[in-house]
Formats: sequence, C-alpha cells, structure tokens
Amino acid sequence: MANLDDLYREIILDHYRSPRNRGELDAPGVVRTEGYNPLCGDELTVFLDVRDGIIVDIKLTGHGCSISQASSSMMSAAVKGKTVDEARETIERFKQLMTVHQTALDDRAEPVVADLRTMGELAALQGVVKFPVRIKCATLAWNTLSQGLDDAYGVQGTGSQ
Amino acid sequence: MSAFDPRRVRVDTPLLGRVINGRPITYLDSASSTLPPRAVIEAMDRYYTLHHANVHRGVYQTAVEATDVYEGARAAAARFIHAPGGADEIVFTKNTTESFNLLAKSWGAANLQAGDVVLVTEMEHHANIVPWFQLRDARGIDVRFVPVTDDFRLDLSNLDQLLDGVKLFSFTATSNVLGTRNPVAALARAAHEHGALVAVDAAQSVGHQPTDVVDMDADFLCFSAHKMLGPTGLGVLWTRAAILASMPPFLGGGGMIADVRLDGYVPADGPTRFEAGTPPIAETAGLEAAIRYLDGLGLENLMAHEQTLTSDALARLDARFNGRVRVIGPANSVDRGGVLSLDVDGVHPHDVAQVLDQFGVCVRPGHHCAKPLMRRFGLAATARASFGPYSTVADTDVLLDALDSAVSMFG
Repeated sequence: MANLDDLYREIILDHYRSPRNRGELDAPGVVRTEGYNPLCGDELTVFLDVRDGIIVDIKLTGHGCSISQASSSMMSAAVKGKTVDEARETIERFKQLMTVHQTALDDRAEPVVADLRTMGELAALQGVVKFPVRIKCATLAWNTLSQGLDDAYGVQGTGSQ
Repeated sequence: MSAFDPRRVRVDTPLLGRVINGRPITYLDSASSTLPPRAVIEAMDRYYTLHHANVHRGVYQTAVEATDVYEGARAAAARFIHAPGGADEIVFTKNTTESFNLLAKSWGAANLQAGDVVLVTEMEHHANIVPWFQLRDARGIDVRFVPVTDDFRLDLSNLDQLLDGVKLFSFTATSNVLGTRNPVAALARAAHEHGALVAVDAAQSVGHQPTDVVDMDADFLCFSAHKMLGPTGLGVLWTRAAILASMPPFLGGGGMIADVRLDGYVPADGPTRFEAGTPPIAETAGLEAAIRYLDGLGLENLMAHEQTLTSDALARLDARFNGRVRVIGPANSVDRGGVLSLDVDGVHPHDVAQVLDQFGVCVRPGHHCAKPLMRRFGLAATARASFGPYSTVADTDVLLDALDSAVSMFG
C-alpha cells in the first residue's frame, strides 16, 4: 500500500508552505511561459531571465496543489544560476524520475529511477510515482520550464541573448 | 422513522463492502455517480444470462424478450417522471450530456436562428453550457446567464429582463457544486410567460427527490441512469410528444429510419428517430430495476433523509472547524440537496482528497465541470462530498475525522 508519507515528505511540505522564487520578472528579455493542468485547474507562470546561456533569475506565479507548488518551487531552486544545458539535463532526469515503470506500480517494489544521488532535494518527489494520478501535478512546472526554454532559445540550441 | 432505513440500503449495496486502505469504504461521491444496489446488478446480469438479443429486429423468442426489456424500461422511465404522453416521450441517450447535445443539435438547430437567445445560469454544468456555445459559434445565437448571488442562489432580481426575447431557458434543478435546489416551477412559469420553452437538468435531482414534469412545468428534462442507482452509459431526454415529433433526427444510421433508398431516407417516428444504432439494452434493464428500487424506498423519504444528513453535516463542519473548512453552498438545508463543496483553508482540494483516501473516504476534488461557477467564487477547485440513499451520519463522522487529519497535516 502506498503510504501518504511517501507523497508528503517534510521537504515537500516545506516548499509548499514557503515556496521559493515566488513573484514576477519584468526585465527586458524576460520570457514568460504559462502552464496549465486542465483537469485539476492548476496554473503556473514561469518567468525566465537568461543571459549568455545562464538562467540568472527565475520567478513563478500561479496556484495548485501541494505537489505542483512544491515541485515548482524545487524546480526553480534547482535551475537558478545553472546554464540552459544544465537545466535541460535536470528536466530530463526529473522526467525519468517521474516515469512509471511497471515495477513502480507494484506495491512491493521501489520505483526504478535515475541516480538519486545527483538529484538533491528533487529526490524527495520520487514518492509521487506511487500515486500515478498525481504525477501530472509534479511535472507541470518542468514541462512549463521546458516549454519556456524551447520558446526562447530553440529546441536544440542553448542560445544567448 | 418511516419504512426507509439507510442501513437496509447499505446491505443491498455490494460495493459498500469494500475495504480501502485498511478501512471500510466511506462513499461520499454520489453526485458523481451513485452505487447500484444488488437488484440493479442482478437485473443486468439476468438480461445477459437469459434474454440478450438485438432489439426491434428479431421475431425469435429472446429477441422479443430483449425488446420487451428495452421498451418496458422506457415505460418505467415515463412513469417515474410522470411524463404525460407516456413512453413515446422518452428518448434513451448515453447520459445527461448527450441529452443536452441532442436538445441543442436537433431542437436548437431547427428552431434557433442568429440573434435568438438561450438563457442558462451561472451554476450550470458544462453539459448545459458548451452545446449552447457551440450553437452560438455555428449560428450566431446569443447565450445569456442568470447570475448567482453571494448566498449561492440564483439572482432572480432581473429575471424578467433576462428572459426578454429568450427562446429557451435551460437550467439545473439542483446544482452539482452548491447543492442549491432551484425553484423549477416558478422559473418555468416565468419563462413561459415570455414565450420561452424550458429545459431542466435533472441529473442531480432524479435520484434524490420525486420528479413530476407536469408539476415542474418543463418542456425538456435531461438525466442519467447512473446518478439514480442505475448503470453508466444510459441517459434520458424527455420532451412532450408534440415537440418530439417536430424535432429532426440527431445521429443517423440503423434503427432511426422508416426507409432508406438510393436517393435518400425517411426518419422513423417517435423516440426511435433519435436512437441510431444498437442501444444500451442491459443498461435499460438496470434503469428499470433502479426505478423500482427507488420507488420502494420512496423518494420523499430519501429527500427527508438527505436533508437530515445535510443539516447535521453543515452544523458539525461549522462547529468543529471554526471557519477553517468553508462550505461553498447554502448554509442551511432549506431548498438544498446533499452536496457539500468544501474549501479547506490552506489545503488544496487535491491534497484534501488524497488524505481522505487514506481513510477510505471518497470525495471528488476539482471544478466539477462548472468552471464559470468556480470563477464566480474565485476558486479553482473544491473537494466535494455528497450523499446518497445509503449515506448515514457515520459517514459524516469519518469525513470529519479525515478532514481533521488533512487540516493538521498541512496546518
């Protein structure tokens, strides 16, 4: 049986109660990207300030459940100050973390995931895969970030402004 | 108490025997779908075991029996809502949503031109909004909304003005989010005085109170079997025989025709015209069993029972959570069904529902397919608990304990 403590880790609740990087950016060149989860009504706007291929600042607005809010907050903390390439790599690793492997749906098995040691705080979100309907809550922020990077800097390139 | 006893209904409802996360299930999602009693399940089982054949075509014994099952259910549905013209006024659809689409795409397309107005309300389910928007986009009709007050009732102060030039007033009998029961007959009378026809969304009312389309003064009634202890996949559109006869077909195909030639077709008369293809047959057996079961319980009794549960829950939510748990809906049980949309301060409805699931409590988080209403109250979602014939105060006990746990976890 999936335990509620697997989902609501203390670090997740902490990010939910005290979200990091809340607010808006309006500097020239800032890219604004909106993400929606139409089924639950979660909404997220990501503001990205990227200079010379480095995410110098990121801010978030929106509302949603604890998982979507905590995941956004953790995402912003994970990519702020990183290069666009590093951010894309983190997005990939996070998506791998959220991939439901057959074994992950088996109550007795731990999810098969990417190397958790490299994930830092984000590893706390691994419990979400035991609650498959909540996965889309956790991935909203990452899909929105990915979209923002694609829109602004091209699907392949790391570009610079 | 009268002959009605929810404990007997519980014994009759096999799904209530489930254990979820180590606890007996506490089912509080009847506004989404009700749990069928064994009589309904057995009626469908019996149909497939003994009578199954396609309807309306065969002359062999079981084909005749299958047709009798199907047409018998149509007659039972007519009696259940007191249709003045009997079975000939009952069209079987897939669900309430399809009933509204049939209404908009058949009656609406034949009777509404650019500039004509359909009046709905701000508390409608998307099923009674989107088909009208589609007609607006295709034909240029106007869609107007009756606003909702801060007390979660329809704001009728400008109703006469809103009804000016309206061809159809389409509204819900009971809100699936607020629980508000609207004054159907009074609204219908006002609409008729303005020359408008009246469509009533009875999805949330048919399984919880007596339904009489003549008393309601309705012209159309839409409902689903699965919200009145019946199976999914079956809905009803009722309208008066004269209106039905004037409506063009909806879906085309087998079963809905009188004749087909190389140069065209002639549609069938009566409800059959709107029932293209092999219909859900076992489901109609289930619907008839559900009607018999509800009649046995007594819908007046059910209404009183759910009112008692709602009063009790409203009072206890207020006393226990001191405003931390807000009910988005009328504060007392007058003209109100057993739907409790909860807004828990600081806890998102999805998290509320997740914690409640650990207690075996089934509630629904989300916008309940009523986004204009949610926006009206500045909400993205609520966690909705709703009662059925099998609900008891013990369900409310578990709900309150589970809510307590959600509040402290995120507090």
